[in-house]
Amino acid sequence: MTMTLEARNIGVKLGSNEVLHGVDFTARSGRVTAIVGPNGSGKTTLLRAMTGEVAHDGQVRINGADVASLHPWQLAAIRAVQPQSSSIAFPFTVLEIVRLGLSAGLSAAESSVPLKALASVGLAGFAGRMYQDLSGGEQQRVQLARVITQVWEPLVDGTPRWLILDEPVASLDIGHQFTVMDLARDYAARGGGVVAVMHDLNLTAMFADQVILMEGGQVAATGSPAEVLTDETLARTYGCPIPVNTTPPAEVPFLLPQARVTLSVQAG
Amino acid sequence: MSALSTNIADVDPASAAAPVIDRRLRARRLTLVLFALLLIVSVLSLTTGASGASLWNALSDLTAGRTLSTMDRVVLLDIRLPRLCMGVLVGASLAVSGAVMQGLFRNPLADPGIVGVSAGAGLAAITAIVLGGLLPLAIQQFLGSWIVPVAAFFGGWGSTLLLYRVSTHGGHTSVATMLLAGIALGALAGAASGVLVYYSDDNQLRALTFWGMGSLAGATWTKVLAALPIIGLALAAAPFLARGLNGMALGEAAAGHIGIAVQRVKNIAILSVAGATGAAVAVSGGIGFIGIVVPHLLRLATGPDHHSLLPNAALLGAALLLAADMIARVVVAPAELPIGIITAILGAPVFLWILLKRRGDLGI
Repeated sequence: MTMTLEARNIGVKLGSNEVLHGVDFTARSGRVTAIVGPNGSGKTTLLRAMTGEVAHDGQVRINGADVASLHPWQLAAIRAVQPQSSSIAFPFTVLEIVRLGLSAGLSAAESSVPLKALASVGLAGFAGRMYQDLSGGEQQRVQLARVITQVWEPLVDGTPRWLILDEPVASLDIGHQFTVMDLARDYAARGGGVVAVMHDLNLTAMFADQVILMEGGQVAATGSPAEVLTDETLARTYGCPIPVNTTPPAEVPFLLPQARVTLSVQAG
Repeated sequence: MSALSTNIADVDPASAAAPVIDRRLRARRLTLVLFALLLIVSVLSLTTGASGASLWNALSDLTAGRTLSTMDRVVLLDIRLPRLCMGVLVGASLAVSGAVMQGLFRNPLADPGIVGVSAGAGLAAITAIVLGGLLPLAIQQFLGSWIVPVAAFFGGWGSTLLLYRVSTHGGHTSVATMLLAGIALGALAGAASGVLVYYSDDNQLRALTFWGMGSLAGATWTKVLAALPIIGLALAAAPFLARGLNGMALGEAAAGHIGIAVQRVKNIAILSVAGATGAAVAVSGGIGFIGIVVPHLLRLATGPDHHSLLPNAALLGAALLLAADMIARVVVAPAELPIGIITAILGAPVFLWILLKRRGDLGI
C-alpha cells in the first residue's frame, strides 16, 4: 500500500532569520524523492524539520501519523535518518556502530543484518576495523549501513518504512555513488520510501522519481526530473545557465553516467 | 537489487564475518576476572594495616567457635571492614560516574574531579557541615547523618547541570569550553569552600581537614550507611543508561533517530553522576583521577560499549581504590598518605596522555 511522508506549511526560524516559509510537500512510498536546490536554499533545514531536529511551525505526518505525537522509539521503528556529519566520540569498531541501528527490542545481538548491510554498501570485510581509522567516504557508508540496518525490511505488515538521507553521496567516489543510489532505488522498489537531499543534479535525474527544488526557503518547483530539471528553471534557481540534454563543444571531455543504461543493454 | 546494480550486495556476509573479533565476549570474560580481582584485593585489604590484628586468626577463632579477641573485633569489624565497604562504594562511584559523564559529554576527558563537579559537591558538603546547624531543628533531625551526602548530591547536580548548559550548544559539546568552564567552576567552588572554612569552629575544621586530598581514613559504619542509598540508586541507574550512552556517541540528533529518548537519558545521567560523585565526595573528600583512568583502561581493553563498560568500571574502580588505599596505608606506616596523592600519581599521567593523543580535536 502506498503511504506518504507529508509536510504541511513548514516554517523554520533560526534566530530572526526565516529559513523556511510555508513549505508543503508529499513524498510517496515506493519512490525516491530528491530535495535539491542551491546552497542556503533550505534543503537540509527542511530535512531537519521533518526529522524533528529543528523546531518548526506546521505539521509533519508519516504514514498518516503526526510525527510530533510519536515517541522516539516509535519513530525509529518507522524511519531512519542518515546525518550529514559523522564523527564518533569513542573508538567503536565498524560493526559496533552498525549494530547501534538494531533496535533494543529485537533480540538481534546475533542478527546477520549488520553484516548484510555492510556488504550492501560495499564494506564487506570492514566489520572489525576501527571507525575512526576509515576515510570520510567509508565512514559515510558505515553510517548508511547503520541507517539501513534500522529499517532493514522496507515493508512491515504492508506498512512502508522510510530512509531519510542527507546528502548520501556527498563524499563518495563515482562508483560508490552508484552503489548508494542503487541501494536507495532498490529500497523504494521493494516498497519503502526514500527522501534524500541531493547536490548532484545528474544523479538526481537518474535516480529520483520526484524532485523538489528549493529556492530561498520555499518550494520553487516540484514534479518528475524531466519536469523540474529544465534549462529555464535551473538557470533561474541557480543563477547561471545550465543547459539540459545538450552536448558541449567537441574539445571539452564530458562524462555522462546516464549512458551506463545503454552499456548494460549492449552487454546483455 | 536493480538491473543497474554493481552486485556488491550479493557478497556472502558470512565469509566477511570471519575475522571479526567480538569484543562483547571479551568484555564478559573481563567482568569475571575483575570480580575475582576485587575479591582478592578485598581480602588483602582486610589483612593489611598498622596493627597486629589478623584476619586468619579471627577466621580460625570463628570456625572453632571461640569468641574474637577484642583487638581483632575492633580492628577488623569497626575499622577495616567499614573502610573496605567505603572503598568499594567510593571506588565504584568514581569510576562509574566518570564513565557516565564521559558518555554524556561524548569525551574521554570529562571527569567529575577535573571539570569541577566534585568541587561543587564538596562546596555543598562543606556548607552543610559548617552551616547545617542553622537549619530548622526538624530538618536536621530528619536528615541526620544524611545531611552531608544529600547536600553534596545537590551540589554535584547543580554543577553538572551548569557545566552541561555552558559547554553544550545545539547538541554539540565543546571540549575546550567544557574543560575551561570546569576550571572556573572548580576555582569558584574552591574559593567559596575556603571562605566557609574560615567560619568553621574547631570541631567542624577537624571534619574538613581530611578532605583536602581525599581519604578513606574516616570510614565508619555511619558514613557507609549514609552513602549507601544514594550511591546504590546512582549505580542501579547505570544499566538503563548503557544503550542511550552508546547512541549518544553518534551525536544527540542521531541518538534520537535510533529511538533514544535523549532528554531522559541526559536527565538520568546527570542525576546519577551527581548522586555517585556527591555521595563519594561527602564521605571521602576529593579523590581524583579514578574516573579518568578506569574507563580509559577498559575502553582500551574491550571497547567503549557502555553495556560492559559501566559494570566493569564499577568493579575495576573499587579494586583500584582499595589497592591505592593499601599503598597509602603501607608506604609511610604507621602514618598514612592521603589516598588522593596515590590516585593522582597514577592518574595524572594518563590524563595528560589522553590529552596529548587528542590534541587535534580540541582546536587549540
